[in-house]
Amino acid sequence: MSFRNSYFYSVFWQRFRGNRFAMAGGAIVAGLFILSFLAPYITPYDPATIDAYHVLLPPSAAHWMGTDELGRDVFTRVVYGARISLKVGFVAVGIAVAIGTVVGLVAGYYGRWVDSLLMRFVDIMLCFPTFFLILAVIALLEPSIWYIMLIIGITGWMGVARLVRAEVLSIKERDYITAARSIGASNARIIFRHILPNAAAPVFVAATLGVAGAILTESALSFLGIGVQPPTPSWGNILTSGKDYLEFAWWLSLFPGVAILVTVLAYNLLGEGIRDALDPRLHR
Amino acid sequence: MKRRVTTFLIFTLSLLLLASCDSNGNKEHGTARGADKPAYGDTLVEGTIGEPSNLIPILATDSASFDVAGFIYNGLVKYDKNLNLTGDLAESWDVSADGLSITFHLRRGVKWHDGAEFTSRDVLYTYRVTIDPKTPTAYAESFKQVKKVEAPDAYTFRATYDKPFAPALESWGSAVLPAHLLEGKDITKSPLSRKPVGTGPYRFGQWVAGQKVVLESNHDYFEGRPYIERYVYRIIPDTSTMYMELKSGGLDLMPLTPVQFARQTDSAKFTARFRKYRYPSSTYVYLGYNLRHPLFKDRRVRQALTAAINKEEIIQGVLLGMGQIAHGPYKPGTWAYKPQVKDFAYDPSRARQLLAEAGWKKRNSTGTLVKDGRPFQFTILTNQGNAERLKAAQIIQQRLRDVGIEVKIRVVEWASFLSQFIDTGNFEAVILGWTITPDPDLFDVWHSSKTGPRELNFVGFRNAEVDTLIEQGRTTFDRNRRQQCYYRIQDILAWEQPYTFLYVPDALPVVSARFHGIEPAPAGISYNFIHWYVPKAEQVYKETAKP
Amino acid sequence: MIAYLTKRILMLIPLLFGITLITFAVIHLAPGEPVDMQTAMNPKVSAEARQKMREFYGLDKPLHVQYVTWLGRMARLDFGRSFAPDNRPVTDKIVERIPITLSLNVIALILEFGLAIPIGILAAVRRETLLDKGITVFVFLGFAMPTFWLALLLMYLFGVKLGWLPISGLHSLGSDQLGPIAWFWDLAKHLVLPVGIATFGSLAGLSRYMRSTMLEVIRQDYITTARAKGLSERVVIYKHALRNALLPVITLLGFSLPGLIGGSVIFETIFAIPGMGQLFYQGVMMRDYPLVMGILVIGAFLTLIGNLLADICYSMADPRIRHGRA
Repeated sequence: MSFRNSYFYSVFWQRFRGNRFAMAGGAIVAGLFILSFLAPYITPYDPATIDAYHVLLPPSAAHWMGTDELGRDVFTRVVYGARISLKVGFVAVGIAVAIGTVVGLVAGYYGRWVDSLLMRFVDIMLCFPTFFLILAVIALLEPSIWYIMLIIGITGWMGVARLVRAEVLSIKERDYITAARSIGASNARIIFRHILPNAAAPVFVAATLGVAGAILTESALSFLGIGVQPPTPSWGNILTSGKDYLEFAWWLSLFPGVAILVTVLAYNLLGEGIRDALDPRLHR
Repeated sequence: MKRRVTTFLIFTLSLLLLASCDSNGNKEHGTARGADKPAYGDTLVEGTIGEPSNLIPILATDSASFDVAGFIYNGLVKYDKNLNLTGDLAESWDVSADGLSITFHLRRGVKWHDGAEFTSRDVLYTYRVTIDPKTPTAYAESFKQVKKVEAPDAYTFRATYDKPFAPALESWGSAVLPAHLLEGKDITKSPLSRKPVGTGPYRFGQWVAGQKVVLESNHDYFEGRPYIERYVYRIIPDTSTMYMELKSGGLDLMPLTPVQFARQTDSAKFTARFRKYRYPSSTYVYLGYNLRHPLFKDRRVRQALTAAINKEEIIQGVLLGMGQIAHGPYKPGTWAYKPQVKDFAYDPSRARQLLAEAGWKKRNSTGTLVKDGRPFQFTILTNQGNAERLKAAQIIQQRLRDVGIEVKIRVVEWASFLSQFIDTGNFEAVILGWTITPDPDLFDVWHSSKTGPRELNFVGFRNAEVDTLIEQGRTTFDRNRRQQCYYRIQDILAWEQPYTFLYVPDALPVVSARFHGIEPAPAGISYNFIHWYVPKAEQVYKETAKP
Repeated sequence: MIAYLTKRILMLIPLLFGITLITFAVIHLAPGEPVDMQTAMNPKVSAEARQKMREFYGLDKPLHVQYVTWLGRMARLDFGRSFAPDNRPVTDKIVERIPITLSLNVIALILEFGLAIPIGILAAVRRETLLDKGITVFVFLGFAMPTFWLALLLMYLFGVKLGWLPISGLHSLGSDQLGPIAWFWDLAKHLVLPVGIATFGSLAGLSRYMRSTMLEVIRQDYITTARAKGLSERVVIYKHALRNALLPVITLLGFSLPGLIGGSVIFETIFAIPGMGQLFYQGVMMRDYPLVMGILVIGAFLTLIGNLLADICYSMADPRIRHGRA
């Protein structure tokens, strides 16, 4: 099971295509990317331009999703918010995957005390309610988007580390690794050429699910007032600004809420679909 | 909601229902007067975002603690409905001819909630514990002006000052603590902070951590038994939840946001069940500049900033019109407030002209003004948890961009706001609010001796004339004299523009319609709480057997 | 078994030590001082008053001294006094709130396992059917909806519009005068929304896990053998497959706890439930260092205990563990 094998790809694709949920998830994720890249061409408004005399207007032809509490166009903000929310998701997960992969590789490859030390550290980190840690750090530092991404990443790598370590342990003893070692390949070469590519698949699945989790975490932080700070729009902070007007300005919470819902759903279905398609034991 | 008009000058973190208004505040909505005979009983449930921290007032700084403590304790004096000082635990007082000593004649026969008698010993203790260096209180400054205190007998108390001190009388409005329960003990570890004993209209009942504080009416209260039998202070941290609780009948009183007041509470169903009140609060919100910062040293720049900001737009967008433009540190309609101050009105071309005079003429590629190769940009800080201020900041950001100034906004959690920015002087501009105390003394915020680290003149305003006027104003009891001083100060502030004074927001409380006897006055609505009542037929929380 | 237990408990010591170290490090990352909150909101504060408070709270000592003092106190279950103006012992503040958070989460946990396991099995047994797809969408919806939004919508629907359920809190006013049955009914009504939403949100993880383990087990040789022996599908699934598929789920019990406790910040804030999550949030915003450290340590400790219990259950269910590895 390696990413470099073209046979593997065709089997994977065949399986993946058969999963309609996964395909839908993939399409939505792709669509969101396009949307967030094209944001300035889709909407005539600026996400930050305030109109104090036209606050909380209902949806109309001019404002498809109405205006917010400062008279800004909600549609524009939701579209630009996609950029921010996706950025938070990807950077945070990137950090988590980077840390988790390194820790998992090192622990699995070197074994013995290195392994026990690192795995105890993983155990300790897993004991903390993650959201408590995130909250403590963000509230004590400052709620900047970079801190948010950083801390979500730093508190979210343990699962990846365990995955990678398990994968390394199972690969390490295989013949081709033993062979590589016997012809004098360096540790780094073995890790990067042989082990890493093999561990990539499960990590990729975990990362996909992680993006969804990070988007949700950002929205929860926004609810507590320490998420992405206005005027930068994120789905979390648009939704939070709408929560006080659920009843009479429903448009302000409905659209960002649905955006989060659909995106998180899409990432989950996509991640599951990839996992199923990768799983050699799953034959239909 | 504040029971008592606050005498402490505090940063306002959010819109407190501090009360106070012109007498032309909304009249009570018409209710059939005939059917509603005052009756004892029922419970009023008020919603609050924050839990009280400590019910010994000198140890607390949060408004929730003062809200609850205001029911339980009395001061020697208090503000009446028209914001005049009147006797509370003191029946009367004499000021010596030289104005240097005040003799309070205390009420006789007042009982603490535990039955002990209130005497001058309690006042003496309260004074001593407040100025005791071991007491971690923030309210010792006014009492430190006192040279000597005496209690010639159990019902007389005298405080003597070195020099005349105009806010002296007001400072004796702070809560008197029970000496018989506290003397000789460590006040910071006293159980009274969780189970207070006072002399006030309500006695402490129960405190369920994180849920509610329950107070029971004091049937022996010296001003008469309050009609409402029980008062519940319910803690609901989320504003949306609180509003839903109100609508479902779980709350009887809460502050409304401007949007709720204007757009969500006009249905027939709502107005049948609730009464809304609206009157100017005793707070003002301002954009303050760090006067030590090179950008803001030039008066013309500050004048330009004010001219570039449309205060009317902020009041529309943020308060939906429910507030007044502020031109200085006083509330419109109060005696120290000068009606025709020459403030800088919204005029972008005047702003551009003033900026040009100050040397900001060229623009860079993004349209930002440039002087000596440096673009005109700065950051506005504001405190977290105040939606109105954040909105105001965003509107200001847009208006300043119009004249070529680039503004960033940063919302900072309160503790770091002070320690990292205010205390170190490491800020450019802030949006904050001050309470407006009934006594117009401005010493703490505007005197040049208060510009030190961690003092309230944190913008670094120094003006010799203002210093003199402030000193004159606080060392005389002559109101005309004082008014002249404060009028002049307002003119100077309007010219110097150390702050862009933004607005005085309206307080917007809503009360369940079953409560009668509410009479809005300059002091707000809560000053006569003990006279509020629910007619027998409308009572919701029936009296149940009580031990 | 005793040996296994002893070893397992001894292993907790380095973990506990690590937990305290991380907690201490996290808290001291932050700039700013806790005394600011108490003194700075009002003007009548002088510099010396602040210094006084710093000394009072011991903040002027070097970090390692603070750590050792704190560790020593903690060994005696004394977390110090809160920096909040109430100045109460942190232990008191936490202890009065733990039962609420813990019991809510235990109820949610029971519901989660009680619902997710059958749902997961059903999805596995009927894989690729409409039912499976429906379950997938349903559990993911619960996961994907921002909890505070769902909570507010349901609160509005059931509390304000329909008036069936109370909005927030744990008890109605005056519930202390109700009889035990009415009192319990009142409490139950208050719990429907918060516990229901917490459960809904956590179904996805466990039910999907259950589904995939079940699918894996079904494909194992002994299941094929059992089928080949002509046992009915029912017996195969529920007797042979289920028992083996349930085993790994036990270990998840311990790990579900930190997630739920973490989520309680949102629930407790929105539903005005005075639990540990709400207290933690307030503590963090106020920089109430002793409180935040206390809750972090206790939260982690609870998870540790949860894991220990799960491991013990597991070892009792699967003897290979205690003899093989231990």
